[in-house]
Amino acid sequence: MSGRLVQRPGAPAGLVIRGARVLDPAAGIDHVGDLVIRDGRLGGRPDGLEVIDGTGKVVVPGLVDVHVHLRVPGREEAEDIATGTRAAAAGGFVTVLAMPNTEPVVDSAAILGSLLETGEREAAVRVGFYAAITTGQQGEGLTEHGDLADSGAVGLSDDGRPVTSARVMLRALQYQRAAGLPLVLHEEDPTLSGRGVMHEGAISTRLGLEGIPSVSESVQVARDCALAAYEDARIHICHVSAAETVEELRLAKARGVRVTAEVSPHHLCLTDAAVEPEVDPARFKMNPPLREPSDREALIAALVDGTIDCVATDHAPHAAQLKDAPFEEAPFGVIGLETAFASCFTHLVLPGLVPLEVLVRRMSSDPAVCLGIPVPTLADGAVADLALIDLEAVERVGEHPFHSKSTNCAFTGEELRGRVLLTVANGQVAHRRTA
Amino acid sequence: MKRRSLIAITDLDRADVARILRTANRFSEVMGRDIKKVPTLRGRTVVNLFLEASTRTSTSFELAAKRLSADVVSIKGSGSSLEKGESLKDTVLTLEAYGPDVFVMRHPHVGACRIAAKHTQAAVVNAGDGKGEHPTQALLDLYTVEREVGPIDGLHVAFVGDVLHSRVARSGIAGFRMMGADVSVVAPPTLVPRDLEDALGASVSADIRDIADADVVYVLRMQMERMGRGGHVPSLREYAARFGVSHERLRPGQRVMHAGPMNRGVEITSALADDPQALIERQAANGLVVRMAVLYDLLAGPEDAPAAREALASVTAA
Repeated sequence: MSGRLVQRPGAPAGLVIRGARVLDPAAGIDHVGDLVIRDGRLGGRPDGLEVIDGTGKVVVPGLVDVHVHLRVPGREEAEDIATGTRAAAAGGFVTVLAMPNTEPVVDSAAILGSLLETGEREAAVRVGFYAAITTGQQGEGLTEHGDLADSGAVGLSDDGRPVTSARVMLRALQYQRAAGLPLVLHEEDPTLSGRGVMHEGAISTRLGLEGIPSVSESVQVARDCALAAYEDARIHICHVSAAETVEELRLAKARGVRVTAEVSPHHLCLTDAAVEPEVDPARFKMNPPLREPSDREALIAALVDGTIDCVATDHAPHAAQLKDAPFEEAPFGVIGLETAFASCFTHLVLPGLVPLEVLVRRMSSDPAVCLGIPVPTLADGAVADLALIDLEAVERVGEHPFHSKSTNCAFTGEELRGRVLLTVANGQVAHRRTA
Repeated sequence: MKRRSLIAITDLDRADVARILRTANRFSEVMGRDIKKVPTLRGRTVVNLFLEASTRTSTSFELAAKRLSADVVSIKGSGSSLEKGESLKDTVLTLEAYGPDVFVMRHPHVGACRIAAKHTQAAVVNAGDGKGEHPTQALLDLYTVEREVGPIDGLHVAFVGDVLHSRVARSGIAGFRMMGADVSVVAPPTLVPRDLEDALGASVSADIRDIADADVVYVLRMQMERMGRGGHVPSLREYAARFGVSHERLRPGQRVMHAGPMNRGVEITSALADDPQALIERQAANGLVVRMAVLYDLLAGPEDAPAAREALASVTAA
C-alpha cells in the first residue's frame, strides 16, 4: 500500500567517478575516492567503464523533493511531467512528488492512474503523485482515501489551499487509520490571510499591498498539531515561512506529536525586502510569502536543529504572461528545482549558517524519510541515486535557459555557486552537464 | 529615448519637489489671465488611461494637458479593451504605437504603472494605483500647504482616519516627511497598517486629542467600499464620535485638508468642511496647476535645458 514512484525506463548507468569527495551524512560516509556505478548499482569492478573526473567535486545522495507542481493535467503551457522532471534532474533530484492542485484536481483513482502512466513514459527521474484530501480541493467531502492509496498515491494534500474546516480535517486524520496515507498540509487560516498578497509588515505597508500575517500560518499549524495529537495521526507541514510556526512545531514535537515539516529554498534565502525595489516584483510573489529577516533566521535555525525536517522547493511554474502583471493580479509561485541546491549552498553553507552535511541530509535522505519513500544512499550495493556537484562553479541564474518550461524564478540574475554536473536517478543517467 | 516617470512620490527628491512647486506657481499666474492656455506642450500627446473610476483627478489631468496645448486622449475603464480580457501590457503596447509622450494612468492595482513603464518609451504619471500611491495628490497638497500655511519644513501634519486603504496618505506621509514636516497618524488601530512607524516614519496614536499639536489636520476618507463585510470599525456612528474632525476638536489657526470625495458627517463635520479653516477647495483648484507643472517637468525639463528655457519663455510670453 505504499506510494508508487514511476520513471521512464532507460539503460542502467555504468560509470566511474574518480577522485571525488563521497559524502552521505545519513550513512556516515565521507571520504575521497572512486565511486563505481555498474549496471545502475554502486560498487563492482571499474574496468571497461567510462571515467569521469571528480577531482575537487562532491558526490552526494540524489536529492529528493517532496513538494513540486508539474501542472499536469490542465496547465501544460507552464510545465509538464517531462520538462518538470528534466528540471529536477538538472537540479540533482532523483525523486519528486507532485501536488494534486491541477485542473482537474487529482481527486480520483482514474486521474491518478493516468498520471502514473504518463510518468512511466516521460519522467526523467522518479515521480510520485499526491491526491487531494477533499473532492476538488473544496474542503468538504473526503476523496476516496482508501482507493487512492491502493492506486499508488504517495500522500494526500489540498496544497494551494488549506482545509479550512477543523471538522473535515479531524475526519481526514481519523480515516488515516484506514487508508494509511500521510496528510501533507498547506497551512493558512483564510479568515486571516484574506486577500493578502505578501507578508504583512513594514514593506507591505509602504507599498500599499494587502498583507498575509504570519499568524495566519501559525494558528492553523497549532490547530492541526492539536488535532493530530488528538487522533495520534501523522502529518507533514508544507512550506513553513514564519518564526511563529517554528515555535508551534517545536512545542508539538516536544510533546510527541507525529509531525514533520519542510521549508523552501526561497524562504531560507530571501526576505520580503526583495519585493520592494523590483521592476518585476511578481517573481517574488508566492504563498506563503517571503517574510522578515527574523523569520528567515528562525527557519535556518530550525532546519539546523531538525525542528524543520527537510527542504522542499514548492516548484511552481507559471506562464510568463501571467507573471507580467501587477503584483496583486499575478499568480502565487516560483520555480525552484534547478536552483535549489545552489541557492541554499550560496546563501546558507558559504556564509556558515548551515553545515554542508546538514544541507545534504535535509535535501536527500530526510525528505524521503518524512514521506516514507526510498531513501537515496551511497552505500555499497545500493541502486545508484546520486548527484555530482562542483561546489566551486559560479553561474548567473538565467544565463543558461531553464529546463523548466517556465522562468518565474526568484533567483534570476543572482550569481550562485554550486553546479550539478551529473545526476543518476534510480540507476539511470538523468542529467549530464556538457558545457 | 525613454522618458522619466512619476510613479511614487519617492521618485522625486526635495529639489525636484521644490522645482515642480515653483513651476506650479508660475502656471497659477497664467490661470489668473483671461486666456488660460499656453503653447508649452503643443504637438505633444498625453494619453489619460483611467482604469478605475475617477472624476476629479481625470478632469484635472485632462484640463491640465489642454491648458498646455497638448493633444489629449482619454480612455476610461468602461468600454476599453481591458474588459475584453486584454492584458495591461497589450493595452500599453497598442497605445504606444501612436507615439504618446505621457501616459497618465489610474489603475485598481498597486504597481500597474511600473508594468506600463516597462513597455513604453513615454513618461508614466501615476494618477493613483490601488492602495499604492498618488504622487500628484501629494504634490498638490504640499503646494497648498506652502501657499496657505507657509514653509513645510518644521510643520506638524496629522493624518486622521483610514490610513490602511489610503494611497493619499501613503504618498502624503512620505511627501511631507521628505519636505521636513513632522507627521503623525491618529486613527483606530484597525485602520493603521502594520509597522507604520517603521515603514513611513509617522508616529501613531489612537486618541483624537493628539491632533492638538498639529498645524495641519489632514482628514482621510473612510473608504467603506474597500472594507467589505464586518468592517474595520464597530460603526460609522462610533467612528464619527471618536475620530470625526469637527470645530470642537480643533483650535483656532489649525488648517484642515481632505482629498475628497468627503463623507460629510463621518470623518469630517459638514460645518467644518465648508469653513475657511478648511483648505479643501484650494486643494481642488491647485490640482490643476500642479498637474500642469508635472506634465511640464516631465516633458520640457529639466535635463533638456534649451527646450526648458524655450518652454518657460512661452509661458511668460503667453
